[in-house]
Amino acid sequence: MGVILFELALTFYFAATIVSITELFKSTKITSRIMFSLAAIGFAIHTANIIFRYVTAGHIPITNAHEATSFFSWSIVFIFFVLQFRYRIILLSSFIMPVVFILMLSSSMLPREIKPLSPVLQSYWLGIHTIFAFLGNAAFALAFGIGVMYLVQEHYVKSKHIGGLFERLPSLQTLDEINYRLITLGFPLLTLAIITGALWAQSAWGSYWNWDPRETWSLITWFIYAIVLHARLVAGWRGKRAALLSIIGFLTILAAFFGIKLLQKGLHVF
Amino acid sequence: MKVFVVGLNHKTADVDTREKFTFNGPKLEEGLMKFKELSDVKEAMILSTCNRVELYANVSDTSKASESIKIFLSEFHNISRDSLDNALYIYDGVFAVKHVFRVASSLDSMVVGEPQILGQMKDAFELGLEKKTTGILLNRLMKKAISVAKRVRTETKIAENAVSISFSAVELARKIFTDLSKKVCMLLGAGEMAELAARHLITSGVKEIIVANRTYERGCDLAKEFNGRPVRFEEFLNEMGRTDIVICSTGAPAYVVMKSQMQKVMKERKQRSVFIIDISVPRNIDPEINDLDNVYLYNIDDLQGVVDVNVSERGKEAEKAEKIIEEEIETFLKWQSSLDSVPTIVALREKAEEIKREELDRLLNKISNLDEKEKKAIEYMATAIVNKLIHPPTAALKESSEDRDILTATIRRLYGINDEKDE
Repeated sequence: MGVILFELALTFYFAATIVSITELFKSTKITSRIMFSLAAIGFAIHTANIIFRYVTAGHIPITNAHEATSFFSWSIVFIFFVLQFRYRIILLSSFIMPVVFILMLSSSMLPREIKPLSPVLQSYWLGIHTIFAFLGNAAFALAFGIGVMYLVQEHYVKSKHIGGLFERLPSLQTLDEINYRLITLGFPLLTLAIITGALWAQSAWGSYWNWDPRETWSLITWFIYAIVLHARLVAGWRGKRAALLSIIGFLTILAAFFGIKLLQKGLHVF
Repeated sequence: MKVFVVGLNHKTADVDTREKFTFNGPKLEEGLMKFKELSDVKEAMILSTCNRVELYANVSDTSKASESIKIFLSEFHNISRDSLDNALYIYDGVFAVKHVFRVASSLDSMVVGEPQILGQMKDAFELGLEKKTTGILLNRLMKKAISVAKRVRTETKIAENAVSISFSAVELARKIFTDLSKKVCMLLGAGEMAELAARHLITSGVKEIIVANRTYERGCDLAKEFNGRPVRFEEFLNEMGRTDIVICSTGAPAYVVMKSQMQKVMKERKQRSVFIIDISVPRNIDPEINDLDNVYLYNIDDLQGVVDVNVSERGKEAEKAEKIIEEEIETFLKWQSSLDSVPTIVALREKAEEIKREELDRLLNKISNLDEKEKKAIEYMATAIVNKLIHPPTAALKESSEDRDILTATIRRLYGINDEKDE
């Protein structure tokens, strides 16, 4: 049952991704409605899948790489809908749905069985720490999408070759402001994730900080976004530079997320 | 009786010279009255805008008139004769008519097709009518120029060009800024196209307009018109920190904003985006400023490129407009030559002769039992009546007096011998 739900969600996300990519060439009210319906159905099924796993496992289903990647995409779609509900950013889906789909696809290729949870992880910190971490990272994922849109629009305006997506993309200021908002949302969530992680580490392993690769990379990411915010407030690094930094930040997150999994083993299960 | 034009525009004189020649505010009326009083000038009109100053006159002796107008200009504006001769263009006759039509149709404007020049011409004409400095020739010329301009506007796509340029400026502003109603716009210098762009930005809801003009008084006038705030030109850099959109058309011969200055401005405004539109020719803003982050500098060619009307099409429209003007010049010249007394006298005679013949034929057909002698007597009487009736008008026409043009036109109208329908 859980498998079917996951595959269904993946299929709907795939369809939504295809429609959102065609929207880059031609978008109408109908295409965007189709895209939203597909993504919403995918999201509903995805949510059901997560609840199903929760009920089956008896704990928050974010305990292995498959579940983590799946929850990561779920968080991105969740924040995407919240953002669209508030701002209605045309074409945002074209820049976000592919990311969601790729994450879901990689999740589908990871082992899915539910194993009994090791005693170390059996803590209420599990839910709090992981939800903070992934919602934070999801906000950065959207900042990445918005950042790419900014660079595209900036290129049109700067090079004076108006065409393509210029008409439909939002204004530079809008994109920059939303980018800033997403980072100011993601940053405290990441901070909370690190703090709760440290508290959990203290209770589980007896030390707040162990320099395991996940911790190190989280700290690096944290510094990148701290720089984004600091440079913006102090030196006025907005616009293009902020967009570039938010792209670099998210690529770091992705690299860390998958790189650690492939290269090294640490204390974190994913 | 000849149309005579003396003037200078953005092509022949830089902004400093143009400003020296400007007739603004009360100087316009004063200048117009003095211009009309010149001995060789029968009718007078002054068109004074940011990009041009033109004096229109009806003169009989062009060389005398040109001399006295030059003296008048140099005395009125306190300018040396040398700089005057370099900047001025002088047209008479057909060339003058053509020039006036081209100016009214906005073919001579800095941005071809900008619509404001026609309004400015109408204002200049209205002042002439009000002060009674214009007469039969200039009145006719202006009415014709206005109708030509309207024809050009409806029959060619020339006007679309300028309008779409300023619209595309607004469109670009909308893609840089979210909400124009929170943005401050600065007009740096003034010019038809700059004003047009500013007007479109205002209708799009720009929050505040700052006007910085070299002549502070003119800046104040503009500011009043736009509900804006005038600042002294020397202080415009201080205002740049809080300005989001700059429309520049100072017409200065060198850059008025350098890259290093702009860098400072960007620092002051914490790198918030700035949209700069440089309408001036030559450019007034260092093009390298576009390399700075968050600065978007567009000149008129860039905007033109955005509008994406291809150049050859624009050329075709201009050709069409020139053709219309040629046609209209012809009808105007026809009318003007009709004002000569000789053809009018001939026409008057022909008309009288025709009436006499018709009436005689009708009478002689009705009364058939007349002998030759009686017929002759009747014919003689008819001729005598006609001759006596048209003698005073023809005599008046032959007499070369000051008001002969008016007289000719009046006679043609009274006797219904207008060969062309008036619009």
